[in-house]
Amino acid sequence: MRNTTIIALKEFKSYLASPTAYIVTGIFLIATGIFFSSSPATYLGTSITGFLQTASLLLLLLSAALTMRLLAEERKLGTIEILLTAPVRDSEVILGKYLGSLGVLITMLVLTLYYPLLLIIFGDPDIGPIVTGYLGLLLLGGSSLAVGIFASSLTSNQIVAAVVSSGILFALWFLGIGASYLPEALGEVLGFLSFSYYFPDFMRGIIDTRGVIYYLSIAALFLFLAIRSLENSRWS
Amino acid sequence: MIKVENLTKYYGNRLAVDNISFSVEKGEIVGFLGPNAAGKTTTMRILTGFLAPTRGEAWVAGYNILTHSLEARRRIGYFAESVPLYTDMTVRGYLDFLASLRGLDKNRIKTRIEDVVGLCHLEEYIDVIIGKLSRGFRQRVGVAQAIIHEPEVLILDEPTVGIDPIQVTMTRQLIKELGKDRTVLLSTHILPEVSIICERVIIIHEGKIVAQDSIENLSSMVSGSRRFRLEVQGPSKQVTERLRKVDGVLRVRYDGSHYIVECSVGQDPRAKITESIIKGNWTLLSLESVEMSLEDIFLKLTTVEETEQ
Repeated sequence: MRNTTIIALKEFKSYLASPTAYIVTGIFLIATGIFFSSSPATYLGTSITGFLQTASLLLLLLSAALTMRLLAEERKLGTIEILLTAPVRDSEVILGKYLGSLGVLITMLVLTLYYPLLLIIFGDPDIGPIVTGYLGLLLLGGSSLAVGIFASSLTSNQIVAAVVSSGILFALWFLGIGASYLPEALGEVLGFLSFSYYFPDFMRGIIDTRGVIYYLSIAALFLFLAIRSLENSRWS
Repeated sequence: MIKVENLTKYYGNRLAVDNISFSVEKGEIVGFLGPNAAGKTTTMRILTGFLAPTRGEAWVAGYNILTHSLEARRRIGYFAESVPLYTDMTVRGYLDFLASLRGLDKNRIKTRIEDVVGLCHLEEYIDVIIGKLSRGFRQRVGVAQAIIHEPEVLILDEPTVGIDPIQVTMTRQLIKELGKDRTVLLSTHILPEVSIICERVIIIHEGKIVAQDSIENLSSMVSGSRRFRLEVQGPSKQVTERLRKVDGVLRVRYDGSHYIVECSVGQDPRAKITESIIKGNWTLLSLESVEMSLEDIFLKLTTVEETEQ
């Protein structure tokens, strides 16, 4: 646990020292700000769905950008040799890096808290959906980051990592839409596996345990795959 | 301290290390020599746990590198050939990060950073971003991180490549100093370096160990003779002739200032040489035994196959 914390803090600090995190946060705030301010739901003073809808799709892209360097850069610079010869488990490396990027995601979400704050001051929003909406974003973003780390562990090229992770993420997202064209039973099963299937519930103020478990499982699965991929590089 | 048994490593189909075995005792400084792509770095990467061997086993500080990898890694200081550093961190931040990963507590880290920064002469650069340091200073940071946790075993992969001569001398002194109470495995292809620092040499070529012994033993093994260098005050022609007649002397060569006397192995005709010079009424100014230079040994061992063909 100690090693994981050390690595997480180091990663978070190097995010603060590099432009990527600022650019990603900037884009996120500008885009969600525009949609928040132009959404009818905002003017009715009742919900932040304008923000949530944009944020959910945007998070897929931005988590790919945030995580692409995590392992690919280490491979490129050769610093992976330092990390893998330090007395640290591979799982601690991956978890530490994951928590570091999760720190940036949480910071990003905290910076948007003034949207609901504005609504509370100037309108009369329903607090429930706001809280569950943020929970949904955190779960969705958290699992996207795990996918990103996995992609980054596969290559020494950051662009390749970003393309692979956004590919996987969008495939998972649009699985649900594609599923509606399929025969009923099959479509339903695929729908359950989709990123986009559970998110609307969170926007509506419902905490669906299936959704919570789904996002956590996706995160766990891809973190596990990333650890395996790191282990595998020793045997190549 | 380091024990390697039948280690083999394939990269895909390419054989990089071919069934090598060796050991390094506690407190020894051993040179790991070989031409490029001989398998030095691969062997070191296996010892440090960065790569897993295809076959064979290895122990560092008594811990198996596969089954007790973390324990072994905790006791190793590793200087990697490519000097990988986090270029966005300061020297202090980098040393702090690695020291804490290796389990040092806060106070210890503070004093150890001061110690290694002093040893590696990095005082003025401690708060500089590593990316802005020149190659030579990066090298020093690489050495500093390798010794910060006071490891029992140091594995140094070409630590003196690409730095200026003054720094090279400094680094060598530092390694020698460290080697007093530590086990050091030092890879290099700079041969004089090995004769300066190391007590023993392991020569590896195309993934195989072709020789491992002390430098003196290697030279006699390879050349089949012992050599002495003499400085004598006297007429060179007569001296040379007189020396040739001494029992056990195979060859005498005069290079303008010194006489090189070659003798067969197992014989020590030094007493007789002195005697004959005194008899000739000349003055013997110096008499020393010369080892075959490491270059000679190295070339002889690594080019054997080509000459055989």
